[in-house]
Amino acid sequence: MNKYSPVIGLEVHVELSTKSKMFCGCDTNYFGKEPNTHTCPVCIGLPGALPVPNKIAIDSCLKIGLALNSDIPSVSKFDRKNYFYPDLPKGYQISQYDEPFCLNGNIKLSSGKTIRIRRVHMEEDTGKLTHQAGESLIDFNRSGVPLVEIVTEPDFSSSEEVVEYLKKLRQIVRALGVSNADMEKGDMRLEPNISLREITKSKSQAPNDLPKYKVEVKNINSFKFVGKAIEFEIRRQSEILDKGETPVQETRGFVESKGETITQRTKEEASDYRYFPEPDIPPFRWTKEYVEDLRKSLPQLPEQGIEQLMNTHGITKQNAEILTKNAKLRGLFEKSLKSEDIPANEIANFIINRKISDDTTPQELVQQIKSSKPQTIDKKELESIAEKVIKENESAVNDFKNGRENAIMFLIGQVMRQLGKKVDTNQIKAILIAKLK
Amino acid sequence: MSSLNNLNLKQAKEGLQTKKFSSLELTKACLERIDQTEPKINAFVTVTNEVALEQAKNADEKLAKGEDLPLLGIPIAVKDNFCTEGIRTTASSKVLDDFIPPYESTVTTKLKEGGMVLLGKTNMDAWAHGSSTETSDYGPTKNPWSTGHLPGGSSGGSAAAIAADETIAAIGSETAGSIRQPASWCGVVGFKPTYGRVSRYGVIAMASSLDSPGPITKTVEDSAILLQVLAGNDKNDATTSPSKVPNYVESLNNGRKLKIGISENYLEGVDPEIVKSFEETKKSFEKIGFEFVDLNLFDPKYAIAVYTIIQRSEVSSNLARYDGIRYGNDRSFFGEEAKRRIMLGTYTLSSGYYDAYYKKALKVRTLIIEDFKKAFEKVDLILSPTSPSTALPLGSSKNHSMFGEVADVLVEPSSIAGLSGINIPVGFSSSALPIGMQLVGPQFGEETVLNAAYQFEKETQNDSWRGKKPSFAKVSEGQAKL
Repeated sequence: MNKYSPVIGLEVHVELSTKSKMFCGCDTNYFGKEPNTHTCPVCIGLPGALPVPNKIAIDSCLKIGLALNSDIPSVSKFDRKNYFYPDLPKGYQISQYDEPFCLNGNIKLSSGKTIRIRRVHMEEDTGKLTHQAGESLIDFNRSGVPLVEIVTEPDFSSSEEVVEYLKKLRQIVRALGVSNADMEKGDMRLEPNISLREITKSKSQAPNDLPKYKVEVKNINSFKFVGKAIEFEIRRQSEILDKGETPVQETRGFVESKGETITQRTKEEASDYRYFPEPDIPPFRWTKEYVEDLRKSLPQLPEQGIEQLMNTHGITKQNAEILTKNAKLRGLFEKSLKSEDIPANEIANFIINRKISDDTTPQELVQQIKSSKPQTIDKKELESIAEKVIKENESAVNDFKNGRENAIMFLIGQVMRQLGKKVDTNQIKAILIAKLK
Repeated sequence: MSSLNNLNLKQAKEGLQTKKFSSLELTKACLERIDQTEPKINAFVTVTNEVALEQAKNADEKLAKGEDLPLLGIPIAVKDNFCTEGIRTTASSKVLDDFIPPYESTVTTKLKEGGMVLLGKTNMDAWAHGSSTETSDYGPTKNPWSTGHLPGGSSGGSAAAIAADETIAAIGSETAGSIRQPASWCGVVGFKPTYGRVSRYGVIAMASSLDSPGPITKTVEDSAILLQVLAGNDKNDATTSPSKVPNYVESLNNGRKLKIGISENYLEGVDPEIVKSFEETKKSFEKIGFEFVDLNLFDPKYAIAVYTIIQRSEVSSNLARYDGIRYGNDRSFFGEEAKRRIMLGTYTLSSGYYDAYYKKALKVRTLIIEDFKKAFEKVDLILSPTSPSTALPLGSSKNHSMFGEVADVLVEPSSIAGLSGINIPVGFSSSALPIGMQLVGPQFGEETVLNAAYQFEKETQNDSWRGKKPSFAKVSEGQAKL
């Protein structure tokens, strides 16, 4: 059955959460707002308007690149990508072509496999088209919003790997605080390129030979559909290849309701975008100090956090993974360690298993842990209470003596109530049984 | 009072400050003159009568309170490629026939803050594509010195308005020659500052790496006064320079004796009368005490190909936004010249041709920049004729698809290198058409250029030709008219 191995590359667009747009001061908080109210001469492409780059957006892009272990070339620039579409007000998109901000990064998957990241670059978003009743409407609120594009090499061989990569990428971007990376809201968009390579036993085919076609899939709007879309595409392409034909090189759109992809447009040749250096924006030259300062300013990333927790406190990987996801919980964990002699893993397990709220203070947590544990108690006190309970609960005692073993649980409970604290139930049971004989 | 429009900027300022006349009187004089001469020269696309009168009244109120702004109450004409909020802006193209900008360009903002009175928007070659103002969708502008001749372009309207004394001062823009050449053909002072010295925000883009807004005036001092208002870093234009703006007006008076370079190849193909004029100009400078040095600059004809390719490539991209969806009319309203440039620019950027054309042009551009840098190690300024000919007859641009590029051969090299250059009127030809010379300075060398031009102007201030006024008649070639 497995005649083919999938060859998948990924293009992810992350919408940055900067206050203003990429090339103008318009407010990026456009979600749900009235159309064409977050616009200005620049992002609506009026005559005479000029782009001025957003420093924080670029710093965010560099941070993403650094977090993905990329090289930051010392020279970079913007380029114009020229094409016509009604949602592109200038008739060109300001993007990056041959000198992007970041190159040659990577993400490691849990299997140990490394996914190579070819480039990380910046561009501006387009407006949004809506079609209704034979009319097309354009909303330019989104036009000019900063996008970071992250492109991988075709290193993925399964949809599971793709999903894992996306989750890790999302985690990193959120940890950096540069984007909410919410697929449902459109601030993380993805386009896989999918093709199949025949698994041959022949040694003449170099393992890195890429298939002669690739299919791009668009319109995948949530995590749960990523797997579905890729699986469908793999099946569809297998069937074509089985017939001895080659799948058409094209862009397909994912249709949620059917779980299928359909043809959108053919991609036989790359469009000629007539890229040329953006003359309105001087090129960038980074000093080593600037890049180093950015690197130092990075918060600890999830992978590093997990390792640190494991190495420093000796907790399990599973616990470490959960704790790094919530900064507050992690803080609670670390502060609670300091107080009492409770083992780290015990604290971690307690927090995780009992779903402790991240608003809990360390003092409260320690208290809870302690009172959850059985405590030692004076044997004499225990004996006297046991006798008291036996006296006060005749019917239960009789039940037990008549063979109803479970009645002892009731008596144990009564002892505990009278004690007012949690004590090892086995101890109580032993004493009661001894007295009831 | 009716000749108030003949004043230059400095004289007008003095008159207003000393209350010899009011801004309203001055403005009315200009508007009357415009009424009179517009049928003959068509220098304006839009005359803003009401706005001008209101602004003049406001200026008079401020003057009465003793306020002193650099351009308070001064009537100014602005080329129609500067976005003026609430006032029709067309770039002389029917595509923007009814376009009313919702925002103000930086240049006109500064003029407003300086207290100016806006007389109107002047005619230009449509989209600044030309050196004749003949390609305007609103009819050609005629040269006041001879209405059978072109004023030059693309800032022909502004230059003609100054020559005709329709306005006290004017604003133009230059990509390669569009200020200097019409200034030369109309006998006025036209200054192209260094690229990046004046903000392009709000200027309808022609070639983004070349466009330079600048003043067109009656004297060199007027040019310095206007430049002082316009120059400076702008947060809305990432290509403006953060370098400090010196005091151009003050430094006019430090009579520095400078070294001027001359390159023989800038005289090739130039009208013999203009060459003669050039020699006389050289003598005047020598009289002042300037020294001349021979240079061997790159032949200016190499700049033609470089300029043509870079400019048309950028034009083809800059005009892409005029799809008629958000504002203006659709692409079918583009004129022939615009369409030609879009097609050629698209070709030179297209895959398979980019390297051979655009990329190569950028490389040669660097060579030209380096050539000038070397020259300015030896000299402070370069002198040459501004244009190979005097004003050409109406209709000349129609026979030649490269009309502009050939007419501007002597200014293209300095434009490509982003340098500053000024046209100064030096006399008239035997056909009574103006002759101009250009001084080119190094990057951000505006002070030096203005200083030298000012000294020349002072030295020749009593020359007989200086008192001439345009006749608005049609002059035939070779016919002397004094």
